[in-house]
Amino acid sequence: MSSVLEVHDLHKAFGGIKAVNGVSFSVNEGEILGIIGPNGCGKSTLFNCILGQLEPTQGAVKLDGRDVTNMRPSALNRLGVSRTFQLLQVFPELSVRENLILAGQEHQGSMLGRLFGARDAGLSEKAEQMIGFFKLGHLTDAKAGGLSYGQQKLLDAAMAFMAGPRLVLLDEPAGGVNLTMLGDLKERLRAINAEQGATFVVIEHNMDFVMSLCTRVIVLAEGRMLAEGTPAEVRANPAVIEAYLGH
Amino acid sequence: MSAPALQDAAASPPRAARRIDAALVALILGAVILWFAPVGMGRYGTYVLSLWLVMSIGVMGLNLTLGYAGQTSLAQAAFMGLGAYATAILTTKFGVSWYAAFGISGLLTFAVGLLLGFPALRVRTHYLAFVTLAFSTLVWLVLRNEQWLTGGTFGISNINRPEFFGIKLFGALEFHRFVVVVTLILSLALWWLIRSPWGRAFTALRENPVRAASLGIDTRAYTLLAFAIGSAYGGFAGALYAPLVEFIDPSPFALSQSFSLLLMVVAGGAGYLFGPFIGALLGVVLPEWLRFAGSLYLILFAAIVLALLVVCPQGVSGLAERGWNVLRRKSGGAR
Repeated sequence: MSSVLEVHDLHKAFGGIKAVNGVSFSVNEGEILGIIGPNGCGKSTLFNCILGQLEPTQGAVKLDGRDVTNMRPSALNRLGVSRTFQLLQVFPELSVRENLILAGQEHQGSMLGRLFGARDAGLSEKAEQMIGFFKLGHLTDAKAGGLSYGQQKLLDAAMAFMAGPRLVLLDEPAGGVNLTMLGDLKERLRAINAEQGATFVVIEHNMDFVMSLCTRVIVLAEGRMLAEGTPAEVRANPAVIEAYLGH
Repeated sequence: MSAPALQDAAASPPRAARRIDAALVALILGAVILWFAPVGMGRYGTYVLSLWLVMSIGVMGLNLTLGYAGQTSLAQAAFMGLGAYATAILTTKFGVSWYAAFGISGLLTFAVGLLLGFPALRVRTHYLAFVTLAFSTLVWLVLRNEQWLTGGTFGISNINRPEFFGIKLFGALEFHRFVVVVTLILSLALWWLIRSPWGRAFTALRENPVRAASLGIDTRAYTLLAFAIGSAYGGFAGALYAPLVEFIDPSPFALSQSFSLLLMVVAGGAGYLFGPFIGALLGVVLPEWLRFAGSLYLILFAAIVLALLVVCPQGVSGLAERGWNVLRRKSGGAR
C-alpha cells in the first residue's frame, strides 16, 4: 500500500515553546488515520504545518513522494488536499449552494476561463448531490450563517469534499455536534472513504467517534508521538491511558 | 438509515439566477431613464447628473475592492486623479484620441493598483488604510508639484470632449448621454464579474481568507486583482471626469475626496451592486438638494449620513434589503 502523506521529523516552535517536536508518520492510501491527544499537545499545529498554514521550524512533508513543505494552502488544495478547521469556517453570507460551489470552483478550468464561463463553474449539479448526500436539502438556498451549529458543521465537511480530494484532514469534525448528526457525519465519512477511496486524517477528542471510525490511531503528547496502532492497541496502551485516556 | 449515494442525490436547477436577471434589467432600465432624464433640466442639472454617474463609476471600483473583497483603500480619488490627468495630458498635449486615452488610463491605474495591492498581501484593515493613504498623498503631491507635467495648481484646461462616430458631444445633454452609455457598459462588466466565480472568490476573501485559501482560492491573486480592477474603475471615472469638467486641478483628487468616496461606498451599501449609485447620489446630489440650507448644508449632510449609518450600518442598500425581506416574509405568511 502506497503512502499518500509522509511527515518527516516535523518541528514547530513558538519562541521557546516546542508545539510540535519531531513528529514523523505516514498515511496510506484509503486509510482513516486518527490523531488524538490532550489539549495543547500540538495536533492543530501539526495540521497547520502540514497544510502550509504555518511554516515548520524543521522537517519535511511529502505528498505522493513529492516535497510539499511550506507549499501555500491554496496550491496544496489544488493538488487534492482538503481540510476542515477546529472552529467553524463556512461563509455566512453565502447560501449553502454557493458555499459548496465556492469550495469546488477553483478546480474548474483556468482563472480567466472562470471569469468568462458559467456562473456556477458547472458545479450546480455536484453541489446538489453534496447537499443531498449530507442531508441539507431543505437548506439549499438558506444563508450558511443562519444554519444551526450542527448543520454548519455538516456543510463545513461537505465543502471539504466538493473538489473530490484524495486526502482530507479533519480537525475535530465531531466537536459540538449532537449525537444524531454525529452518526450521520460518521456514516457520510465512511461512505466517501469507501466510494471515492479518499484518505482521511482526523483530529478528534470524541473517543467513540475516533475509535469506531479510524483504522489506525496516533497519540500525541507534548508535541511528540506517544503511541501508534489500531484503536484497540492504543486503548490498551498504558502510556496512553496515563497521559490521555485515563483509567 | 442508509446514506444516499453521492451520485444518486436529486438535482434541481439553480434558482439564484432570477435575482441576477432583475439586476440586469434594473441596470438597463436605469440607463434608459437616465438617457431621457435631463430633458428640460438645463445645463447645470444635466452636469450634476453626469457628475453623479462619473462618481458612481469611481465608487463602483472602490465597492469592488472594499465592499466585495474586503480590502481597505483610501486612494480611490488618487486613482481618479491618475485617470483624469493621464486623459487630460494625452488628449491636450499629445493629441491622442479620448478613446485611446480612456483605455490607457484604465491600464495605467490597473497596473498601479496591482502594485498597491502588494502591501495588502502583508497588512490588512487600518494598517492597509494607512499604506493607501500614503499613496494618495504621494499622488496628490505629484499632481500639485510637478508643474511641467501636470500644470501644478494651475491645472490643465481646454480638455475637449470626444466625438462619437462623428457626432460631436460638446453639449451637456450629448455628453451626458455618452456618460450614460459608458456607465452602463462598465456597470454591466462589473455585474458580470460579481456574478462570476471571481465575485464569489472576492466575497470569500472578504469573509474568511484563511478558509478561502484552504479551498484552493489563490488569495494573493484575488487580492491583487481586487485592487487592480477597483483602481482601473477609478481611472475610468477620472478619464470621464476630465472632459466633463473640461478643466482639472489637483484639488478634487486630494485625500479628503478619497474619504468622500469611501463614505459613498459605506452609505450606499458596501458589497451591493447598486450601492455605488445610491452612495454617489448621497455624495453628489444630496448637497445640491440641501443648498436651500445655505451655510448649514454641510451640518445637515453630516447629520443625515450619521443618522443613516446609526439606523443601518449596511447603508441604504442594506436598509432596502431589510425592508424587502420583511415585505417578503409578510406576503409569505399571508399565503
